[in-house]
Amino acid sequence: MIKAILIFNNHGKPRLSKFYEHFNEDIEQQIIRETFHLVSKRDENVCNFLEGGMLIGGSDYKLIYRHYATLYFVFCVDSSESELGILDLIQVFVETLDKCFENVCELDLIFHVDKVHHILAEMVMGGMVLETNMNEIITQVDLQNKMEKSEFFPFFSLFTDVYLSVYQAGQVDTGRYCRSTCSCRISCKEHEPPGNAQKHQHRRHKHKSAKFTFLQVATARS
Amino acid sequence: MALKIVKGSIDRMFDKNLQDLVRGIRNHKEDEAKYISTCIDEIKQELKQDNIAVKANAVCKLTYLQMLGYDVSWAAFNIVEVMSSSKFTYKRIGYLAASQCFHESTDVIMLTTNQIRKDLSSPNQYDTGVALTGLSCFVTPDLARDLANDIMTLMSHTKPYIRKKAVLIMYKVFLKYPESLRPAFPRLKEKLEDPDPGVQSAAVNVICELARRNPKNYLSLAPLFFKLMTSSTNNWVLIKIIKLFGALTPLEPRLGKKLIEPLTNLIHSTSAMSLLYECVNTVIAVLISLSSGMPNHSASIQLCVQKLRILIEDSDQNLKYLGLLAMSKILKTHPKSVQSHKDLILQCLDDKDESIRLRALDLLYGMVSKKNLMEIVKKLMLHVDKAEGTTYRDELLTKIIDICSQSNYQYITNFEWYISILVELTRLEGTRHGHLIASQMLDVAIRVKAIRVFAVAQMATLLDNAHMLTGNTQRNGICEVLYAAAWICGEFSEHLENPMETLEAMLRPKVATLPGHIQAVYVQNAAKLFATVLKSQEGNTDSTTAQEASQLMIDRLPLFVQSANLEVQERASCILQLVKYIQKLQQKDVEVSEEVCALFAGELNPVAPKAQKKVPIPDGLDLDAWINEPPSESESEDEQPKAIFSKEEPKHSRPRHTEVDEKELARRREARKQEQANNPFYIKASPSSQKVYQETPGVEHIPVVQIDLSVPLKVPGLPMSDQYVKLEEERRQKERAEKKKKDKKKRKEKRSGRGKKHDSGPESEEDITPAHMVDIVTEEMPENALPSDDDERDPADPHKALDIDLDNLESAGKRPLADSEKLPVRSHRAAEVLKSPAEDEEGENVSSLEPKKKSSKEKREKKKDKDKDRKKSKEEKKKKKHKHEEKEEADLLCGQADEPAFQSEETNEVVTPPTSTSADVSDLDFWLSNAPVPSNTQEAATVAAAEAAPAPGAISVTTPDSEPEEPKDTEMEETKSSKHKKKKQKREKEDKEKKKKKKHHHHHHHHGDKGGEESVQNGTVEEEEPLPPMSNYCLLAENSYIKVAYDIQGNLQDGSQVVVSVIFENKCDSFLKSMEFNVLDSLNSKLQRPEGSGPHDSLTIPFQLPPGVSNEARFVFTVQSIIMPQKLKGTLTFIVKNEESSTHEKLDFKLHFTCTSYLITTPCYSDAFAKLLESGDLKSSSIRLEGVNMPFHHLLARICFHHHFSVVERIDSCASMYSRSIQGHHVCLLVKISSQTVSVDAKCDEPTLLGNVLDEIKQTFSQC
Repeated sequence: MIKAILIFNNHGKPRLSKFYEHFNEDIEQQIIRETFHLVSKRDENVCNFLEGGMLIGGSDYKLIYRHYATLYFVFCVDSSESELGILDLIQVFVETLDKCFENVCELDLIFHVDKVHHILAEMVMGGMVLETNMNEIITQVDLQNKMEKSEFFPFFSLFTDVYLSVYQAGQVDTGRYCRSTCSCRISCKEHEPPGNAQKHQHRRHKHKSAKFTFLQVATARS
Repeated sequence: MALKIVKGSIDRMFDKNLQDLVRGIRNHKEDEAKYISTCIDEIKQELKQDNIAVKANAVCKLTYLQMLGYDVSWAAFNIVEVMSSSKFTYKRIGYLAASQCFHESTDVIMLTTNQIRKDLSSPNQYDTGVALTGLSCFVTPDLARDLANDIMTLMSHTKPYIRKKAVLIMYKVFLKYPESLRPAFPRLKEKLEDPDPGVQSAAVNVICELARRNPKNYLSLAPLFFKLMTSSTNNWVLIKIIKLFGALTPLEPRLGKKLIEPLTNLIHSTSAMSLLYECVNTVIAVLISLSSGMPNHSASIQLCVQKLRILIEDSDQNLKYLGLLAMSKILKTHPKSVQSHKDLILQCLDDKDESIRLRALDLLYGMVSKKNLMEIVKKLMLHVDKAEGTTYRDELLTKIIDICSQSNYQYITNFEWYISILVELTRLEGTRHGHLIASQMLDVAIRVKAIRVFAVAQMATLLDNAHMLTGNTQRNGICEVLYAAAWICGEFSEHLENPMETLEAMLRPKVATLPGHIQAVYVQNAAKLFATVLKSQEGNTDSTTAQEASQLMIDRLPLFVQSANLEVQERASCILQLVKYIQKLQQKDVEVSEEVCALFAGELNPVAPKAQKKVPIPDGLDLDAWINEPPSESESEDEQPKAIFSKEEPKHSRPRHTEVDEKELARRREARKQEQANNPFYIKASPSSQKVYQETPGVEHIPVVQIDLSVPLKVPGLPMSDQYVKLEEERRQKERAEKKKKDKKKRKEKRSGRGKKHDSGPESEEDITPAHMVDIVTEEMPENALPSDDDERDPADPHKALDIDLDNLESAGKRPLADSEKLPVRSHRAAEVLKSPAEDEEGENVSSLEPKKKSSKEKREKKKDKDKDRKKSKEEKKKKKHKHEEKEEADLLCGQADEPAFQSEETNEVVTPPTSTSADVSDLDFWLSNAPVPSNTQEAATVAAAEAAPAPGAISVTTPDSEPEEPKDTEMEETKSSKHKKKKQKREKEDKEKKKKKKHHHHHHHHGDKGGEESVQNGTVEEEEPLPPMSNYCLLAENSYIKVAYDIQGNLQDGSQVVVSVIFENKCDSFLKSMEFNVLDSLNSKLQRPEGSGPHDSLTIPFQLPPGVSNEARFVFTVQSIIMPQKLKGTLTFIVKNEESSTHEKLDFKLHFTCTSYLITTPCYSDAFAKLLESGDLKSSSIRLEGVNMPFHHLLARICFHHHFSVVERIDSCASMYSRSIQGHHVCLLVKISSQTVSVDAKCDEPTLLGNVLDEIKQTFSQC
């Protein structure tokens, strides 16, 4: 069983937290902090397993993590999971994110944590591995996003205003998932206040150019 | 309306969405908290609006804030609102929020039941999917109970996407609602062979998770998993299965033996490291479970160790880590094989990765020997100095101590060295393990007498330098060492070189800053030292030293008398008064040293940790007796505060009573929950109060008042603290004497295996830590106050409830599902309310084995009617009737009433009459033993015995390589009144019984005797119309004297043999004797003749036939190729003898070996069948039969009967059938009927055989 999945950046800022057992918010934050503390002080070229010192579980639990550029992906699992299997799963997860977000970078996770959750939900359910086939995951995610879009399509033809407002609310921003509709993303950015948009774009660009995409780093490592 | 929407949307133009929120937070780095609180206010406003889109947006933002650590439980109701939106977009947001922040004590969860049910049954698969995903995170016992049935239905959903989610979530449901496990299990098992790999993997996942906690209940699935393991190519599934086997092997060593080979193959063949690693791990588990040596044992170990070495040597740190991890498992049982890799492991100690160093440390434990211990420890000490993190350093410290102290200091040759190592370790800063070092010091000093002089000297130094230890490490444990040092110096003070100095060191003011329990030891041992000083000065005319000592004590002790710690204060004041008295005596020149020494006289001997258990309970003390009357059964009782309860009855916590209480409480809790669930106004109790409630039943939680018997016994004239010591000593002495007797033998054995121990006292052989005086006191409580150590499992462990026996479910054997175990279905709510209280109770008690009453049975059937609406009513009626019959039989057969399994229809499992539980066990046994079929050689003269027992063992036996089968489903059993005498040849019981049956028909006996058992054959007997009598015996030859009929059956045990049963019937009035049977062998088929007879000799039939009598003889033929039918010519010669004459007669015949006769009825699971068809190596062929004028079930029955097929699955007018040839060819049929036309599509791996079989089928039906 997987007890928790955490994503945080190099400074310990949580980017996604998914606990498959209930803790209250304070304890969750404490777990994230402690985990970050444990993981961040480890060298790049040491093993990806970590035991002990956890609020979650006991000796039966292990932390299995991967570090991609600015982000740590940490899975807390018990002994029924295969260590190497989980490492593979993390890789599948990141590759899936990469496909869904097109060269995913930290900013994607910052601004679209809900989408990351939806993708994760297709892979892990209630602490158990649901699907490991990346194509299958992407198909399901895409189909669901298409469905979301279709729910708003009639609005678009009837009242453009409404559509736009909904659009702005991030509901139709799902174009980023479907790799074919890049224009959506660009148009989305247009709605941002000019300064911000520029900043966003700029930063994103900077990140990308600084090899911020996880996968590039991952492949470089392996 | 439209206007409203537009208006709402326009409002929303100004709302923040998630991205805006995130951006805002990023732009307000300096006052983030303030910004977020304004955002939360905005969100609250948004939630108040009617527009669902606005609400969803707000909830989406809340989900983000939740991640940042903000409590959003106040919005739980709004989340439910968003969840219930009809739009998928919003629904998904709602469920996501719910999955992030709902938990068991969220009140609004109970409002969601119907919404979730609606979503689960939504036509849109993603609505269902999203609901399942959400539910998996926040399922509560109530939700689990109410939705279990809906989820179960989804397990058979047409979309694999839903199926796999439904299967996975079942695990969560089981955890919350264990009662659902039994009803759901058959379907779950079915999903193990689902065509979709995702679903299959999910099912494997769930069962592995279940089996990990309660492996013994899943042993019977081993054959199925074994099959999956050898057939699956999905590494995820393989890993899970292999892990599962690792958990199962300790329970069943034979399983391990079976596993080794395929696992070894996998190890050799796989390229996936993860799989390789798990295989190695499981092989290790297997090897551990196999205690006795197997021939290829060492080879497997070598293989594992070798593979692990490769992993460890890999540059990938992950593999290195795992290799070491697995290596440590081997170490426990096969230390030798690991020791050869010492170089590698020592090398890993220097690795830069801490995790790897820790793992290597674990392994060191098994690497040491007397020779290298000092060397290794030296190396570790170097690491200790270098280590930067305290965790690793602490780990090193414990490892050093572990390694040195293992198996009774087996490897230590020089204890002085060990003491100095311990002293060196005390210099570690900030370690948590001071007490560990302390207990080692005490242990060694007490048990190794020869070391005491050295130890005392070292400890004195330590005490002298105490400031070094206490100075900067006030808060942590290293000062514990002083406890040991002070005690050793005091207890063995006679070895001290300069007791005065040490006494001075022990009474320094700084000591007062130490923890209380250490100060107490200081004070006490100062007194001991004082006594020693007095003794040493005895006879010395100059009494100044003695007086100095007294003065020192009197000066310094007042500091301790003021201590806040009671123990210190008490001891100090006693000793102070004592010393003052002594000083007075000294001034009068009275010799006091002897009296003072008497205070501390006697040697302390170690007591075994388990000594307490051996103390007999005093006569007349009944621990089970109530001290006060048990509480009354009033309803309010469980609300009673716990404290009162336990104060009044401190000792009534015997398991017997608590068990009753637990049951009772559970029942009430359930009743109350029910009540609460039905009460919409009820808001659940806060978690804290619930916790208190749950703790009540546990034995451990009832505080036991500790009665220290040693306290009240006062010895007049001695100070309090000394009393303790005195009494302690007395008691230990007593115990020692007692224990001596018991442990004598054990000790002797132990003694032989030790190095330097010859110099230690007899008691020191015990593995004890006498230093923990405090601990010993608790251990020596006369009442067994401590919980016994067999209570290993956490009572709160949710998996405990899932320890449910599932075996009998599968085989429909011992205990099928009871009425009360059925999952609650919504439509039956009303009926449930009407349930009698007695039944209610049953419902809660999963393991109720009580026989069901008639009334409940009827009710159940009513329920079933509704459930299985897909079943034809006709069939159902029949089935019910059938079940009634069975039930009666069951009552007759097994004293314990059984009921047919309900799952039978759903799982295509056929109801069988209940058999002994051993049937299932023997099934597994058979699979595990993989032995050749036990042949039934004995002459079964009367058949009665064989009939009485449905012979589960014999029937479940099939060809050794066959997959696990459902025992005896296809068996046709029938009682019979045949009185024929028969000669039996080597034969299977199964065959035998079939034969017998056939024989009846031949002789036109009644079909289906009333009293006998009639079981279902492949579901065909369910039909209303009785089958016409059938017989496979065809006429071989006939003349005026004799009629000969025969039938051919394949021999299960030998792929090249068939058995021909021939019935000879005397038709005339004369005696027939000297019958001889002969056939002309062909190249392919030969009659087996007794040894020594020629190839053309005839066989003598070993019986004679009086007039009108028939009898049967059997002949074994060997065949080579079975794909073609063939005929053999033969002759029967006999003598007809009547009163006047006897004539020699001869009868020619042709023995027709049809292809059908080479087939053997073999049952097949539908899933295995599907696999077989998918496998693609079967050739297909088909025939059509026109004008078949018989009911479909008759048709099937005929095919089954005449052509030895079994029905795999039947749906309306279509059925799949299966059979196997004696040489292992699979024959699969798909039979369809539509208005008198029957089409048979067939597949077989041997096309010729198939063609012939089909021709024969055609012929069968053309004849009728």
